[in-house]
Amino acid sequence: MSITAPLFQHHKHCDEIFADAEEACGKGDWTAGAAAFECLRGQLETHFASEEDLLFPAFEAATGMTSGPTEVMRGEHRQMRDLLAQMQGAVESRDSDAFGGAAETLLILMQQHNMKEENILYPMCDNALNSSDVGAALAERLK
Amino acid sequence: MHPNLSFDQAPPISVPYRFFLVAPWFGVMAGILLGWSGPDAFASRWTPEVLALTHLIALGFMLQAMSGALFQFIPVAVGGNVWHSRLVANAVQPMLVLATLLLVAGFLFSRPGLLSAAVPLFLLAVGGFVIAVALALWRTPATGMTLWAMRMAIGGLAVTVLLGALLAESLARGLTVSIVELTNIHLAWGLGGWALMLLAGVSYHVVPMFQLTRPYPLWFARGFGPLLLFLLLAWSGQYFLDEPRWPMAAGLPLLAIFFAYGGMTLWLQYTRRRKIHDATSLYFRVAMLSLLAFAISGAAFFLIPAIGADPRSVVWLGVLAFAGVFVSAITGMMYKITPFLNWLHLQRLGAPMSAVPNMKKMLAAEMMTGQLRLHVLALLLLLAAVWLPGLARLAGMAFAASSAWLGWNLISAVRRYQTFRDQIRAVALHC
Repeated sequence: MSITAPLFQHHKHCDEIFADAEEACGKGDWTAGAAAFECLRGQLETHFASEEDLLFPAFEAATGMTSGPTEVMRGEHRQMRDLLAQMQGAVESRDSDAFGGAAETLLILMQQHNMKEENILYPMCDNALNSSDVGAALAERLK
Repeated sequence: MHPNLSFDQAPPISVPYRFFLVAPWFGVMAGILLGWSGPDAFASRWTPEVLALTHLIALGFMLQAMSGALFQFIPVAVGGNVWHSRLVANAVQPMLVLATLLLVAGFLFSRPGLLSAAVPLFLLAVGGFVIAVALALWRTPATGMTLWAMRMAIGGLAVTVLLGALLAESLARGLTVSIVELTNIHLAWGLGGWALMLLAGVSYHVVPMFQLTRPYPLWFARGFGPLLLFLLLAWSGQYFLDEPRWPMAAGLPLLAIFFAYGGMTLWLQYTRRRKIHDATSLYFRVAMLSLLAFAISGAAFFLIPAIGADPRSVVWLGVLAFAGVFVSAITGMMYKITPFLNWLHLQRLGAPMSAVPNMKKMLAAEMMTGQLRLHVLALLLLLAAVWLPGLARLAGMAFAASSAWLGWNLISAVRRYQTFRDQIRAVALHC
């Protein structure tokens, strides 16, 4: 198994929770929607933190690239956190339209972010961190 | 960082938008041309009107929109860096517009001089675009079937334009080539080798991405592009082989893999995780149903010669492919890309995120779904008009109206971008 395989799988897991949250909030089922959204926000935060605390520093130390792809990914994490905050506000005010708009934006941002990670950054990390124990630490955090 | 790896969502917003904003108006021209030509326009694939209509859609709508989307898609999907994208777009796009108008006028008014004038412009514009895109696609360190499909598609575009140039010169100068066979090959490379290859490669990403479907099975993604390329080469053999059964022997497997791609995409959408429907997902569904109809009717025309011999049968296939498959899929994609690009570029202006309107505020959902309904009506009328020529004028007007609505929707989205941008800048100035 590659070092980044747990992150790859966790993307799919987050997609599933996203679909549940979007469907429930879109229908106005705020009890189920709030629970699914809380789960989504928690899982995404765990994912971002795993990358920012473990993977990115290890990659930067191994390659010396501190202002390249990892910096762009950190910036997109900030954008996604902001959108999650907007969605939180919409859940609290029970505003389906506001939730749907922020959710749609988050989905596209998240998917193109994942695409760049899965196609480009993760393979680079797998190459650079071949013999490190980062993979085990990531698997532990994301289980 | 790898010197050729772009992690930024380049290019500037004006690069894709200058292509997107122009494309629908070629659809309007096509609709007006059909409405003006009336009942005889669809009599066969060789009428001046059908040749003009085909190229208004293939070059004016499809090539414009697909080129703009490629500039945007290459950095994000495969980490490629198109050399001086703004410069290339600024040079290529006006040349493409002019070349398309010259070619269409050449067909419509039977003026060989206009066809000859269009050829060097196409070779220059598409040649420049192909070289810039191919360099980006071959230099990226990324891997995967989308990248390979895009590489094959850009090769398919080059083959299509070279064959088109040869055909145009043959018509203009009376060269001795087998026009029918060469046209069949040109058409197959344009629709299959360029447009469908690119659509499939992009689908591997965007169908799971927008709809949260399962990914395309690996065996499918690995097999589809190379098999399509192989079958197109086999199809092209009809030019050199004096074997009357050859087109059917190569054509039926081609139709079978078109069916497989359409069926697979519909199945993935049917079993998707995301329950929300929007204009993009519905447009993709229309495109894939049209592709299935294309494959089934194409096979029927091969197997039942009595129907296939009717000159209108190829026009029917053309309507399904151009208006049904590609105008639908491309419109659906533009409805997703444009609001996202608005948002992406606005939030880069440095305003607090809460000041940047979300995607749904960039283009109203009702405007997109309303335009989708009109497009489906226009498509049905166009298909009916192939067999009931009295409907041609109405079908043309409906298609013109639907394309104009699309054009208006895209203009509205860009105006919203400008309004929000000015508001954000004004707030920043006062802080």
